[in-house]
Amino acid sequence: MNYFSIFIGAVLVNNFVLAKFLGICPFLGVSKKVETALGMGVAVTFVMTLASIMTYLVQVTILDNFGLQYLQTIAFILIIASLVQFVEMFLKKSSPSLYEALGVYLPLITTNCAVLGLAILNIQNEFNLMETIVNSLGAAIGFTLAIVLFAGIRERLELADVPESLKGFPIALITAGLMSIAFLGFSSLSI
Amino acid sequence: MNSIFNAILTLGGLGLAFGILLAVASKVFHVEVDPKITQIKDALPGANCGACGYPGCDALAKAIAEGKMTANSCPVGGAETTAKVSEILGVEAGDDSGGKKVARVLCAGCDSISKKKFEYEGIKDCKAASMVQGGDKACDKGCLGYGTCVEVCNFDAIKIEDGIAVIDPEKCTACGLCLEACPKDVIEWAPYGQEVVVDCKNQDFGKVVKDICEVGCIACGICEKNCPFDAIHVENNIAKIDYEKCTQCMICTEKCPTNAISGELEKRKKAFILEDKCIGCTICAKNCPVDCIDGEVKKLHVVNQDECIGCSVCFEKCPVDAIEMR
Repeated sequence: MNYFSIFIGAVLVNNFVLAKFLGICPFLGVSKKVETALGMGVAVTFVMTLASIMTYLVQVTILDNFGLQYLQTIAFILIIASLVQFVEMFLKKSSPSLYEALGVYLPLITTNCAVLGLAILNIQNEFNLMETIVNSLGAAIGFTLAIVLFAGIRERLELADVPESLKGFPIALITAGLMSIAFLGFSSLSI
Repeated sequence: MNSIFNAILTLGGLGLAFGILLAVASKVFHVEVDPKITQIKDALPGANCGACGYPGCDALAKAIAEGKMTANSCPVGGAETTAKVSEILGVEAGDDSGGKKVARVLCAGCDSISKKKFEYEGIKDCKAASMVQGGDKACDKGCLGYGTCVEVCNFDAIKIEDGIAVIDPEKCTACGLCLEACPKDVIEWAPYGQEVVVDCKNQDFGKVVKDICEVGCIACGICEKNCPFDAIHVENNIAKIDYEKCTQCMICTEKCPTNAISGELEKRKKAFILEDKCIGCTICAKNCPVDCIDGEVKKLHVVNQDECIGCSVCFEKCPVDAIEMR
């Protein structure tokens, strides 16, 4: 499997939000404005890529070596949580403007199941380090793509004449479902 | 056995490594934050409710520390929070009631004194009731009293008493949920401590109002004529008080033929002249709207307590603070 097909597969075919239904919480929570959605997307991309590299290294060097694969989940959660903390501190010092822009989303990523899901999927698919990076980048870009598209639709929905009973979250959920169906079309993509 | 040790060592080692890393990072990447911000943040309620207009208590704490907002900006915290924040800022807490507003139900037509159009037996909810010909109350502006506002109030500040909602100003945090929830729009803002309020919103002509409710405003204009401060006006068949101008002298309360204006006359304050401070300047006597102060130049002035309406005009005008309101 070459890098290109892994990448496209992660972005479109196995889109994290719309095909695997991971990371629904930020997908619905931070998608009211395109701007904030993009901020969340960038933050997720950043953390996902770093986290999957770290988890891959820990898996290969420590867990596999000692035959402790059953500790995978708890070890990965530990890694992701501390990584996000570290990134937050680092950004606060080195780039306050980016820190302000990401704001509350950065700590929120700690509890984002998409990050843990990606780390575990990378191991399950038996990717090597390079493939892991490409897959993570693809998955994160897929997440960003989905959340930005969704935010764009929701911005327009604000102005639309929505029936009273569907206003707010109901119509957002229907939109998400329709988007998911649309992304299903990519599943026949053969690369 | 060995595998247990392996697991403990691995996870413990990972945890320790990350712990040390984070500890070092927090030192290396330490950013100086104004200690005031942290202190103010601790003083605020921390509910992140957003009632102040900022996304959360953190943002408000920052704004207060930077001087963009005043110490009493938290509408939920009340006097206690204001006092704490003021202490941190090193400023006087001042009169907390200054800018505070509370929600007020502008209807006094409880079940015993207002008429009903029909017997409503549907869902006990104002919104549902108001869909049936605008509710069972004969007055189409009145409080229906089915408690939709009670349901939405997070602070237990609203109670239904004899068929109308009554808001406790002490508990009200001015969150505005009840204003939005009320299908009759009968709840409006009033300044905290405002006793004198026209508790009616009916804009019909006098006779119509009088037929359906004993305490409705009939737009007779007596209050307007008697107000010494030009603070009450009848517009669109309803009296409206300008809270900026109102001194709560309660003349309108007294004169209103239908008792549509609230205010407890027993609680009315009276002016008292402090004998040792009065210099006999006659300023109070000249300004009194009801001429109840007798005063000759350079002699002790006397307030005629029976006539005093407690408007506190003399209190404000006295150049030597010789007048007390109690």
